[in-house]
Amino acid sequence: MDFTEEQIQRYSRHILLQDVGVEGQEKINNGKVLIVGAGGLGAPIALYLAAAGVGTIGIIDGDVVDLSNLQRQVIHFTPDVNKPKVISAKEKINLINPDVKVITYQKLLTAENALEIINDYDFVVDGTDNFPVKFLINDACVIAKKPFSHGGILRFDGQTLTYVPGSACYRCLFHSPPPPNAVPTCSQAGVLGAIAGMLGTIQAAEVLKYLTGVGDLLTNRLLTFNAKTMEFRTIKAKPTASCPVCGTHPTVTGLIDYEQAVCDIESHRKQKH
Amino acid sequence: MSKIKVNGNEQEISNPISLTELIALNNVAQPSMVSIQLNGEFVVRDDYDSTLVKEGDEVDFLYFMGGGSKTPNLRQLTDKL
Repeated sequence: MDFTEEQIQRYSRHILLQDVGVEGQEKINNGKVLIVGAGGLGAPIALYLAAAGVGTIGIIDGDVVDLSNLQRQVIHFTPDVNKPKVISAKEKINLINPDVKVITYQKLLTAENALEIINDYDFVVDGTDNFPVKFLINDACVIAKKPFSHGGILRFDGQTLTYVPGSACYRCLFHSPPPPNAVPTCSQAGVLGAIAGMLGTIQAAEVLKYLTGVGDLLTNRLLTFNAKTMEFRTIKAKPTASCPVCGTHPTVTGLIDYEQAVCDIESHRKQKH
Repeated sequence: MSKIKVNGNEQEISNPISLTELIALNNVAQPSMVSIQLNGEFVVRDDYDSTLVKEGDEVDFLYFMGGGSKTPNLRQLTDKL
């Protein structure tokens, strides 16, 4: 593609990077990335990918913006409360960079629609807040041989892993979803807002590395950090032969909608009393 | 005493102990919310009782992390507000 003068200016800091240059920027502009979840992780991911000029950004989320989201979901502003998150996100992306084509899906990713939706993209980013969809994304991407970035945050901690076909997948490390009643209870939940930005920008950097082919992806390594100590660690991982989806005798051969655990007031009361 | 590493930090254990015992020793609040790697290999949950940790082993507790959404009604949860 031929860049306009305006684009050369807009992307000049990428073009100046020796490892990226005009060619790398072209790859970014031709990239198609699906962001699952327009929340705490999806927000910084979408903002940085938009700014970087990723050609097509798909965003899937069925929720509307809630006042309690604004503490960390920086793509949504106060006047966006009650607006569908995908619409709010699309508006900001378009304002940041009109080059980006935004495709919105105002729904949940499910076993029924996952393969069809991810099929249109080069890379999938997990920005979700729940385990059923995290496992669904993993399984769909393994089955469809689609690279993706896993991201999770909790309290002061974050973790992320990049998958490409053949590398360790999320199930190689986490096997199957935790029992629904074991998912962090209200009293143990919560998240420091800036953690979402720390992790989401790492995931965005992985996307840009994948699209440009620069550097070594976070494959076969789980990066974890704790913001209280500000210590980062990478834990080596490898494809597990007994992995239910990418192992030698897979038991997960189709997609599953796992039961959704809800951290609600009732379950908290039951736990408390 | 045997020296092992748990999440990168050195720890001393008195005898070879099982992963289940190591979880208890480390005060893991919600054992069902961790996945374990022993010397870089994933360990199936059903094997936590029978898998023994010994001198020089490296154990990593990997925590399930979601996204911290789903807000409860805080006023009903706490008197502090």
